[in-house]
Amino acid sequence: MNKSFSRVRNFLAASAAVLMLAGCGTAAPKAPETPAAQPAKPSNPDVILATTTSTQDSGLLDVLVPDFEKKTGYKIKTIAVGTGQALTMGEKGEADVLLTHAPSSEKKLVDNKDVTNYQLVMHNDFVIVGPSADPAKIKGKKTAAEALKAIADSQSIFVSRGDDSGTHKMEKSLWKQAKIEPKGAWYQESGSGMGQTLNVASEKGGYTLTDRATYLATKKNLKLDILVEGEKSLLNIYHVMQVNPEKFSKVNKDGAKAFVDYLINPDTQKKIGDFGKDKYGQSLFFPDAGKKEEDIGK
Amino acid sequence: MELIWEGLKKAFHMLITGDPEVFKITLLTLQVSGTATLISLAIGVPLGTLLALTQFPGRRFLMSVVNTSMGMPPVVVGLWVTIFLWRSGPLGWLKMLYTPYAIVVAQALIASPIIIGLTAAAIQQIDPKLRLQIKALGTTRIQYLWFLVKEARFSLLAAVIAGFGAVVSEVGASMMVGGNVKGQTRVLTTATVMEVSKGNFDVAIALSVILILLAYLVTLWLTLLQQKQRGV
Repeated sequence: MNKSFSRVRNFLAASAAVLMLAGCGTAAPKAPETPAAQPAKPSNPDVILATTTSTQDSGLLDVLVPDFEKKTGYKIKTIAVGTGQALTMGEKGEADVLLTHAPSSEKKLVDNKDVTNYQLVMHNDFVIVGPSADPAKIKGKKTAAEALKAIADSQSIFVSRGDDSGTHKMEKSLWKQAKIEPKGAWYQESGSGMGQTLNVASEKGGYTLTDRATYLATKKNLKLDILVEGEKSLLNIYHVMQVNPEKFSKVNKDGAKAFVDYLINPDTQKKIGDFGKDKYGQSLFFPDAGKKEEDIGK
Repeated sequence: MELIWEGLKKAFHMLITGDPEVFKITLLTLQVSGTATLISLAIGVPLGTLLALTQFPGRRFLMSVVNTSMGMPPVVVGLWVTIFLWRSGPLGWLKMLYTPYAIVVAQALIASPIIIGLTAAAIQQIDPKLRLQIKALGTTRIQYLWFLVKEARFSLLAAVIAGFGAVVSEVGASMMVGGNVKGQTRVLTTATVMEVSKGNFDVAIALSVILILLAYLVTLWLTLLQQKQRGV
């Protein structure tokens, strides 16, 4: 009897140890480190930011979010998904603030009053990258549409995001401009984020459309060169917007407004413009707050 | 080859320098998956025992459902938990989406069927003669069940190991319901996926090494516990 008692005791002791561990598990996330010098804590500190993978993968948000949190006391939950999903989260009131880059799709949300306080933040540009051997001979083509046509005509591999992200939306509109419906074994959809899609294109020796920021940030592992760039239709324009609190009562209105104000603030705009210069020798994003969309790139 | 070497060096470096970010992610992984395993244990052992010992119509059907759920794809669990926890969803008022709690819920749902199924199998394997003997000793119902569970403890620990192994290595559900929020819900698997998409393969390799080490250490601890009991 003694023996089995000690067995039971062992088991109980082990379970208790695990339980204690679990105890920390539920306690720890509640108490994020709070530095002493912090502004007055907002009553509803959690702000859900739905954004595109490019802002996360490029590292820009790693610079901006901590700075915003320090200045305002809000806590940003960054959910990095494609622009398509980010906009859907806005339409359903599942996020508080959106930072996306698909102006034509965003317009629908603005018109439906799903979002308010729609502000231009920054732009960079899309580029078409591909293997340096350039089997479709797109280098030197003046427009993206011509380049895509050459890729389709030569049946060279083109890797598409295929995830309804901002980049994917841009790609689809470019195919439309080229009057081509991309189909066939050469047209492959990765169904994943920009970074991963670049990896796939690099491994398959294919072409893809990418934002410059993600390309520069991940370039070191890629066997891809920039082949087409600089056309106005390749501009990649980012807007920030609040999800409309009048339509969705659970939205964190003050937190969302604070984040929009922060992004268009001159200090932040300078930070955006400087981001990446030290590492890549060029800006990854160009600040545009206060400008008109039509004037960008002129 | 060079990349693998770089990754291993990075992992070693992160481990010995105690990179605070990596430490935080590792600790959260352990806490979330440990809690989820415990919850599924609390749900799974009683239900599994019940399923093994009682006879009722539809029992075989229920058993087949449990057995199927043992291989439930985590993304399916992730999707449904997300839908329920959305602000507009039926449990939206809990404000749990994109918190560690949401990951615990999803992982507990993934591990529970595994624990139920393995518990039921373990209890059913006990020699029916032994059951009779225990009953003949004049045990109360509670005592009887306690004896049975104790008799099956090696298999139960195996169930715990299987459950923990399944959830600690899971990425789809954690990504969906947790959102990979830095400092809050970023666990080893979701961080690895993100680093891959950033093209930081060395960091990704380092994180994967740490994940394997973590899984190994926990399993080692449970195995020692199991074997030590056997050795007494």
